[in-house]
Amino acid sequence: MANIISDEIIEYVGILAKLELSHEEKQEAKKDMGRMLDYIDKLGELDTTDVEPMSHVFPMQNVFREDVVTNGDTREAILKNAPQEKDGMFVVPKTFD
Amino acid sequence: MNILNMTAASLAVAIKNKEVTVMDATKAVLEQIEKTESTYNCYVTVDKEGALKQAEEVQAKIDAGELTGPLAGVPVAIKDNMCTQGLLTTCSSKILGNFVPTYSSEAVLNLQKAGAVIIGKTNMDEFAMGSTTETSAFGETRNPWNPDHVPGGSSGGSAAAVAAQECFYALGSDTGGSIRQPASFCGVVGLKPTYGTVSRYGLIAYGSSLDQIGPLCKDVTDCATIMEVIASHDPKDSTSIKREDTDFTSALVDDVKGMKIGLPRDYFGEGLDPEVKDAVLKAAEVLKEKGAIVEEFDLSLVEYAIPTYYTIAAAEASSNLERFDGIKYGYRTEDYKGLHNMYKKSRSEGFGAEVKRRIMLGSFVLSSGYYDAYYLKALRVKALIKKAFDEAFKKYDVILGPVAPTTAPKLGESLSDPLKMYLGDIYTISANLAGLPGLSIPCGIDSAGLPIGLQLIGDCFKEKNLIRAAYAYEQARGAFERKGEK
Repeated sequence: MANIISDEIIEYVGILAKLELSHEEKQEAKKDMGRMLDYIDKLGELDTTDVEPMSHVFPMQNVFREDVVTNGDTREAILKNAPQEKDGMFVVPKTFD
Repeated sequence: MNILNMTAASLAVAIKNKEVTVMDATKAVLEQIEKTESTYNCYVTVDKEGALKQAEEVQAKIDAGELTGPLAGVPVAIKDNMCTQGLLTTCSSKILGNFVPTYSSEAVLNLQKAGAVIIGKTNMDEFAMGSTTETSAFGETRNPWNPDHVPGGSSGGSAAAVAAQECFYALGSDTGGSIRQPASFCGVVGLKPTYGTVSRYGLIAYGSSLDQIGPLCKDVTDCATIMEVIASHDPKDSTSIKREDTDFTSALVDDVKGMKIGLPRDYFGEGLDPEVKDAVLKAAEVLKEKGAIVEEFDLSLVEYAIPTYYTIAAAEASSNLERFDGIKYGYRTEDYKGLHNMYKKSRSEGFGAEVKRRIMLGSFVLSSGYYDAYYLKALRVKALIKKAFDEAFKKYDVILGPVAPTTAPKLGESLSDPLKMYLGDIYTISANLAGLPGLSIPCGIDSAGLPIGLQLIGDCFKEKNLIRAAYAYEQARGAFERKGEK
């Protein structure tokens, strides 16, 4: 395997991905990611100098609209999906002490 | 008259002619579900009560002359990654296991306006990440042709439900082949339209630049009919395209004289099962006999499509799936210390292994220091792949090849080696990268008794070429046995 994924990288990616992996999952992830990156490295065979990155296949432009409310009040239905709610609001854990 | 054997379009005609009621059709499908669902597990949710209620309402509107369209009264199944107001929508994930949307996706609304009866929500690979429907948090779906085999994925529940006659047609979504490959494995017709043709509003995103909703159905006529209903320009989806040429049924013409069909040599090489190859080449021969000009050519860059795809799809997935944080909806862990720990634990417990694998990879390729080398590189190769197709479509109206290298594998064979599973997408993913329409139609049965699919790929906005070629082929091929039929 050409790509060796270090413990530090897995820790760092775990922070970016907001995932808490178990020890086994981390070992598995190191192996998986290394293999995938080896495979993705195949793209290095292609010369892409002067090729613009293509994010969309069609020429896309931002679509603007007037800021007008078109939907009704669905607060109750939306809050029904909340893991925790109180007085018509989402409840979140304390963010600072 | 066996109602279940009817296609969606023929059922709508029978309903219009008062030979069948909407209630008859709905009950027939619900009875079939009762009989076979315990074996196949096509659905995450069957909305029996809702379906019976819709049947009454739709019948009343048909009787009043308010609903006259070609799908009015026909029961449909919806992949569980499309929001349905008031009806559980899980993406086959524990993290959305209790999510009830407050709105419906545009494609579903378009169907409802046309008088569809929504039977339920179909099983899929979790967040559409997989090729077998085995990564679902709610159990795997089994292939109606042989329950020891997978139905394909990620729209495996939709494809299996059509094949098992547990609905008359279904909607799926296709990010790298997720409509075409299960259609192929289950012996039904599937179409991934040109990017932007069907609104993605209310489709829970996986890879936003690749995702597209499309039909899974019994024949090409149904396919064109459904496309006419679901294609629409939607201001709520900024990538939605205004098209004037969505009269897809006008392409149901049994004539391919002079149509130029290219067979990419790269799609018939190593790794392709000989039985699949034979069946696909025979189908090309049929079109040739009907007057099409068929020749081989080199498409090039095919081996770069998979690494390009997985880089882009994982990157977009890692960004799209950030929204699942245990705050506004979905799963929240029971036990946590503070906000960040709650996020991390909810996500780690709520997502399955394949989803986590792709989020990790995506986060990595987007991280500073690796962004240029991986993500931007993939976007540059994507541009080259698109160019290769542009060149091909200067010469050909349609590209013809297999959908997948093999027929449906056995359950449990694919997940042990993710990279090997990804390789199975080799013939389908390029269409997503280049935004092209792709159609899958049954073209044979292998020695194990499993269906083989033929893929037709067209230039952007040229679905009609695909429909025309597929329709002409279907006329010559004759009726394809459907598994649930008696």
